Amino acid sequence: MNASNFPWLSLLLLIPLAGTFLVALAPRDDALLKRLGLIVSLAAFGVSLVVFTRFQVGVSGFQLIESLPWVKDWGITYSLGIDGISLFLVLLTTFLFPICFLASGRVDKRVKEYVVALLLTEWALIGVFLAIDLVLFYIFWEAVLVPMYLLIGIWGYERRIYATIKFFIYTLAGGLLMLVGIVTLHLAVRSHGGPVTFSVQTLLDAAPKLPFGTQAWIFTAFALAFAIKVPMFPFHTWLPDAHTEAPTMGSVILAGVLLKMGTYGFIRFAIPFFPHVAKAAAPYMMTFAVIGILYGAAVSAVQSDLKRLVAYSSVSHLGFVMLGLFAFTLQGGEGATLQMVNHGLSTGALFLLVGMLYERRHTRAIEEFGGIGAAAPLYSGIFLIVALASLGLPGLNGFVGEFLILIGAFGTNRLAAILGSGGVVGAAVYLLWAYQRTFNGPITRDENRTLKDLTAREKLVLAPMVGMMVLIGVWPHPFIERIGPSVAAVLARVGGR
Amino acid sequence: MNLSWLILAAPLAGAVVLLGYGKRFGRSSGVIACVAMSVAFVAALISMRWLLAVPNGGRSVHFHLFEWLAVGRLHLGVDLRYDPLSAAMTAMVTGVGLLIHIYSTGYMEGDPRFHRFFAYLNLFVFSMLLLVLADNLLFLYAGWELVGLCSYLLIGFWFERPAAATAAKKAFITTRIGDTGMLIGIFVLFASVHSLYIPFINRAAADGSITKTTATAAALLLFMGAVGKSAQIPLYVWLPDAMEGPTPVSALIHAATMVTAGVYLVVRMNPLYQLAHAAAMVVAVIGVATALYAAILAMAEDDIKRVLAYSTISQLGFMFLGAGVGANGAAVFHLITHAFFKSLLFLGAGSVMHGLGGETALDRMGGLRKAMPWTFAVMFCAWGAITGVLPFAGFFSKDAIMASVWAGGHTALFVVGAIAAMCTAFYMSRLLFLAFFGRERWSEGVHPHESPKSMVIPMAILAVASIFGGLLNLPEGLKGAARLSGFLDPIVGKANEKEALGVVLVMWALAAVATLGAWFIYATGDLRRRETVRARLGPVNTLVRQKFFVDEIYATVIVAPLRLGASFCAGVLDRRVIDGAVNGAATLVSRASEVWRKLQTGFVRSYAVGILGGAALLVLYVVVRTR
Repeated sequence: MNASNFPWLSLLLLIPLAGTFLVALAPRDDALLKRLGLIVSLAAFGVSLVVFTRFQVGVSGFQLIESLPWVKDWGITYSLGIDGISLFLVLLTTFLFPICFLASGRVDKRVKEYVVALLLTEWALIGVFLAIDLVLFYIFWEAVLVPMYLLIGIWGYERRIYATIKFFIYTLAGGLLMLVGIVTLHLAVRSHGGPVTFSVQTLLDAAPKLPFGTQAWIFTAFALAFAIKVPMFPFHTWLPDAHTEAPTMGSVILAGVLLKMGTYGFIRFAIPFFPHVAKAAAPYMMTFAVIGILYGAAVSAVQSDLKRLVAYSSVSHLGFVMLGLFAFTLQGGEGATLQMVNHGLSTGALFLLVGMLYERRHTRAIEEFGGIGAAAPLYSGIFLIVALASLGLPGLNGFVGEFLILIGAFGTNRLAAILGSGGVVGAAVYLLWAYQRTFNGPITRDENRTLKDLTAREKLVLAPMVGMMVLIGVWPHPFIERIGPSVAAVLARVGGR
Repeated sequence: MNLSWLILAAPLAGAVVLLGYGKRFGRSSGVIACVAMSVAFVAALISMRWLLAVPNGGRSVHFHLFEWLAVGRLHLGVDLRYDPLSAAMTAMVTGVGLLIHIYSTGYMEGDPRFHRFFAYLNLFVFSMLLLVLADNLLFLYAGWELVGLCSYLLIGFWFERPAAATAAKKAFITTRIGDTGMLIGIFVLFASVHSLYIPFINRAAADGSITKTTATAAALLLFMGAVGKSAQIPLYVWLPDAMEGPTPVSALIHAATMVTAGVYLVVRMNPLYQLAHAAAMVVAVIGVATALYAAILAMAEDDIKRVLAYSTISQLGFMFLGAGVGANGAAVFHLITHAFFKSLLFLGAGSVMHGLGGETALDRMGGLRKAMPWTFAVMFCAWGAITGVLPFAGFFSKDAIMASVWAGGHTALFVVGAIAAMCTAFYMSRLLFLAFFGRERWSEGVHPHESPKSMVIPMAILAVASIFGGLLNLPEGLKGAARLSGFLDPIVGKANEKEALGVVLVMWALAAVATLGAWFIYATGDLRRRETVRARLGPVNTLVRQKFFVDEIYATVIVAPLRLGASFCAGVLDRRVIDGAVNGAATLVSRASEVWRKLQTGFVRSYAVGILGGAALLVLYVVVRTR
């Protein structure tokens, strides 16, 4: 076998799965288990870097494709592939997991199960982004739920059971709708004389030829599933509960990668499969996106719990992503795809930071703090940088995505873009107000006087994240260059410019 | 040799080094920052010389540093443009910036975050230079936002003080409201010409490929950004509060450089404003209204730094007046002389505060001219410059604007501007007299003393600039060659700047009357006359001293409803209505299953009854159907 057709994607998928078995067999030594998790996830990251180097710039379709027949009668295959849309989501996933393991130093409850759950989540997430067969995709999609359910339910905070059941049932309901959509799509294509297949590439040709009514129903099923996952207003209420009760790493993965399954689903399936329906739905989707941007910002601003505040900010940020996706312009689509990664970095980092604060003071209530900028200058400095990335300051990653999304949306829907720009002010309000109440002013509580600044390990956790924020912010070209052709191909189907 | 890359790189390098390793350098952070600034300043001078050697008309060069991104028709590189306008701005920013850096090494002595101060200061200068050197609107906007960040960091430098932290946040958010308008303006321009490159847009505006409507919309939206950044009505409210920052910051950022960014933007985009005549008139009207309004507020302000803050707002109004009527050269000229004398005024105020142990109330000063002779001397020069006394710099620049307004036939604008100029002479004289003349009113245990050399020398240099800055642009009538205007004209367009001796005499007479009035009320002995004046004015005095209650009105009309709305969304809409519906649906399902569950009793006989009943019903149904 020569290097050019080596199954790198399968290897990437196999590593975390094999890692779970390795961890399951390892002795119950907490430090060893965590180190094993770190090594496995680092190995996956290494392989994903190989994938990155083998990825050809300028190609719009899937690359590094692998395909094996699975259930022949139904046309189900084991097919993996990667393109500009999924490339950075895979890299984001493999980038965040080592960081999570590195930051899991304080976890001491059922460590073996914890490491297994994290590795399984990583495996399923990579699968979601690599699968180019709908059945395979669905399996990974639902497979993410199980370890995530456990992560929140076992290692979470006080109301974790309520939160995790709500998360599970809500998103499972969405997933089942999608399953109905997938099967209906398969059968409809078949009954209209099309091929017997679940292959994404084949369906890209077949699906748009179905009658509009059929397409509309299937689009709706897909869209509901994805909208819940994003989560799009008004399907977002599971998110603040899940985030608030999830352990730090649960939140990081949830915000960092899991939510992107929804936005990814839109640009990978819902929009290119049903371009006519997507076009008809665009004004409504953009309306809900804008409501989400402003509503999320407003609700964030008045939260008294830091973690909840960050959770609601996700509603606002993902509203931006949705706005860009349904703008059907190159700037909007590419900006949205990049913004998925940006949000993963900045919100992931915010959750890590809030988690570090919680570990020190066992509270996340903003009123418990105040003035800690003096006690922990480095921590507060990093927090500020991440907050600025999140509120879209030029020079950091968030700005690139937001700018592209808004300028793209302005091309097709001026009002939505103008209203969405209000979210730029909103983000400054809720983040800087929270920052002021937490870090500025005099220290009001004695416990905060001796607050420890970042430890060496925490610096190691945060440095790569901040580094990526600066890199994308200062030089987005290498990212956009890879995202571009694939997004352009999707948009060409909806007549986007 | 053109070194525009180095002008940018030096302060950036300084900022990066100091942010990363400042703590290790300790006291020498100040030296590092000053060295970075010196390099930038020298590079700016060398580049300026190089530019002057190029024949007039071809003085505009473009540098492509690296590709930033390309999406569809949107191509953006990190590109610099070095032309007379950016040359003048970079020379001013680096020059004044260097002096204020040096002054700060004395002023900030002993501050525990000394190194961080200089890191932010360097970062600020980098951002400001990016703003004036950017060749496309995106990087102009990036510099625009980054100076906003530095302003935030430096206003809130002493963040332990709640007032400083609040002021910092207020500044950032208020200016961001304007910035969002500017961002939308950028979208409008891109949608129209598919490029964000400034020369391209300006050419399109000049040759009419932008429609007048689009140009007006874009010009007004860009001006929104200028209104925020340059603290004009209605977004000026952040600037007086910004005085919570260390005084060198007020001098550099909130007087000499950052706040002039709005003026720079309007001047830079002047072909757009020429096309959008209505928008240009809006600029002029807002400018002159702000000039008068802020000057009135300054007349009743008792805090020395806040007087200067209102004065800055007012002077920026004059610059917008000039830019609005097309006197771009005069506006830039005033921008530069203002940078000299206003930063000097702030440094002088800082020196006074330094000598009085941080005192800012004019009521507790008085008679300082003996204790602080140097400070008094430089403040006197600055006073002459801002009041418009010949031969100080402000005389030439402000009168150039007013002459253009008059020559353009804008009588109403001229009258309002003249009244504003009169108020300016009054409040500035009032400040000078209250601080340096009359009886000594400082508190017990305060021993005024002159400031160290590191502070006095930069002030002295700025004082010289305030006196002779007018030479940059001596009007042709006075045997000058209007050199700055001639230098800038290819970029900013030639204005209608007829020399009008009448205008000069009117402006002079007004200033003289106002100064004498201020002398009569404030310069003598105690403050009894002031009390009499206050009593006479009654409610007017109260209204002005309370700043027309604008902050309170904003808080009630804008902030409170928004807050209420957000609380409603979070507390009622989100928790009760939306989440309530979700949980309600779940409850419904589980209730329904309760009912169905009861049917499953586990007793065979009840199932048998059910089956029997069902079968009977089926039979009945079939019988009925077939009948």
